[in-house]
Amino acid sequence: MLIHPEEILETIKMVTNEHLDIRTVTMGINLRGCSHPDIKVFNEQVYTRIMRCAEKLVATTEDIQNLYGIPIINKRISVTPIAIVAEACQEEDLSSVAEALDRAAQETGIDFIGGFSALVQKGMTPGDLSLINSIPQALASTKKVCSSVNVATTKAGINMDAVAKMGHIIKQTAELTRDSNGLGCAKLVVFANAPEDNPFMAGAFHGIGEPDCVINVGVSGPGVVNSAVRALQNPALGDISECIKKTAFKITRMGEMVGREVARRLDAQFGVLDLSLAPTPAVGDSVAAILEAMGLESCGTHGTTAALALLNDAVKKGGAMASSSVGGLSGAFIPVSEDQGMIKAVQRGSLSLDKLEAMTCVCSVGLDMIAVPGDTSPATISAIIADEMAIGMINKKTTAVRVITAPGTKVGDMVEFGGLLGSAPVMPVHNFSSETFIARGGKIPAPIQSLTN
Amino acid sequence: MSSSRFVITVIGLDRVGIVAGITQIMAEHSVNIADIRQTIMNDLFTMIMLAEVTSENFDLTAFQEAMSNIGKELGVQVIVQHEDAFRFMHRI
Repeated sequence: MLIHPEEILETIKMVTNEHLDIRTVTMGINLRGCSHPDIKVFNEQVYTRIMRCAEKLVATTEDIQNLYGIPIINKRISVTPIAIVAEACQEEDLSSVAEALDRAAQETGIDFIGGFSALVQKGMTPGDLSLINSIPQALASTKKVCSSVNVATTKAGINMDAVAKMGHIIKQTAELTRDSNGLGCAKLVVFANAPEDNPFMAGAFHGIGEPDCVINVGVSGPGVVNSAVRALQNPALGDISECIKKTAFKITRMGEMVGREVARRLDAQFGVLDLSLAPTPAVGDSVAAILEAMGLESCGTHGTTAALALLNDAVKKGGAMASSSVGGLSGAFIPVSEDQGMIKAVQRGSLSLDKLEAMTCVCSVGLDMIAVPGDTSPATISAIIADEMAIGMINKKTTAVRVITAPGTKVGDMVEFGGLLGSAPVMPVHNFSSETFIARGGKIPAPIQSLTN
Repeated sequence: MSSSRFVITVIGLDRVGIVAGITQIMAEHSVNIADIRQTIMNDLFTMIMLAEVTSENFDLTAFQEAMSNIGKELGVQVIVQHEDAFRFMHRI
């Protein structure tokens, strides 16, 4: 037999016991051809275009899932940032576009659609402004639409006017989705250096440098890495890194195979493989558990940032060997609500917002799925965003903030979202005001690192 | 798809009639056995088969369902996967 039985059993063990899965198959769809001054015509063209490209997306991914026996958890769509293609409409309220996106999402049977987005790192156009103002209503009146706003890049600096605005937008979104614990905030991300080919929600959009229709794949396997690390007998840290690399290699190969086959069958281009250790609320599928397997008593204690740096780097090294198209946000994600280990660490008191921020210097994204008290002021939220954007800008990396200010909650409460979004303990924020700093507005200039030509 | 060969894995507690039951269903779906290997690992009956399908309009979903059903009857787990799932994952 050409295939070794041990390899077969290892793969089956990874899938059945250790939650190896293809997290996302995301179809990126270019909407630039849909622009039209009449918003009704525009919405109809957007809907038709998505339906034409993605009609068979769900059925095809399900066929592939059966063929290889590897679960594919989410099927998603990302589209050209709506602020760009809706600019010609000159409408103040763009929430009807979100409704058109939602309708297409429901009818194609996908889980999420991303791209109700604007890129405003250097300044806002009238279209950008309309889009941002429409976000709370758009997220409250739709089920599957996700939104993101890029407010900073290393090259452009931080648009602090946009940061200040996003504090209010997040509060309004929470208020309008009050009945579901501020669920709207879980579908809204503020970015620095947003990648154009990210298959992960809520930050996915189809970048303007991308092809017409593209398939990006996000692979995930914290459970697999966790059990591989735990199986080592008294390893040195170098051995742990080696072990993670090898495991990441295998996970990546699986993702590439699935991505290419889906793209081939749908006549789309294969884009990137985003190799990320993205946790799920399932027990055992946790990034925090990997850090603890390295020898930390509880995630968040001293040494956590170093352990996460080791993990993140080893994942990328393994992935780079396995595929030439690794991209997106590859590395380790550390969302709080989606990770049982992180939730426990917060409840134990070992993991604070400040430590999470420090950890984001070495991880894939940033402050992700963190619940803060319902009475947190917009200025404090903006200040949390500003800190995170600064980390991204200075370190030339992608960072993001996805915080939830569930109305009426206080520190220690649990906020439930269900499904992949999980549940989050409400974490304390600093009580000292950032009001004056945020109210200054303007720009934080691009750092000297931006002068690289 | 580069070939239509599938790896069929049967894992469970040993008992009389597992091989007979499984191969019966395979024959009904015109699935040929190219290679077969059986071991006892950690007290578990483990059978791995490389199966070949020549028919153009082979219904994989129906076959997987039939295999899964017979597995339930026999008290074993039966998994049918395209061979590429293993080839790609472990080898460059």
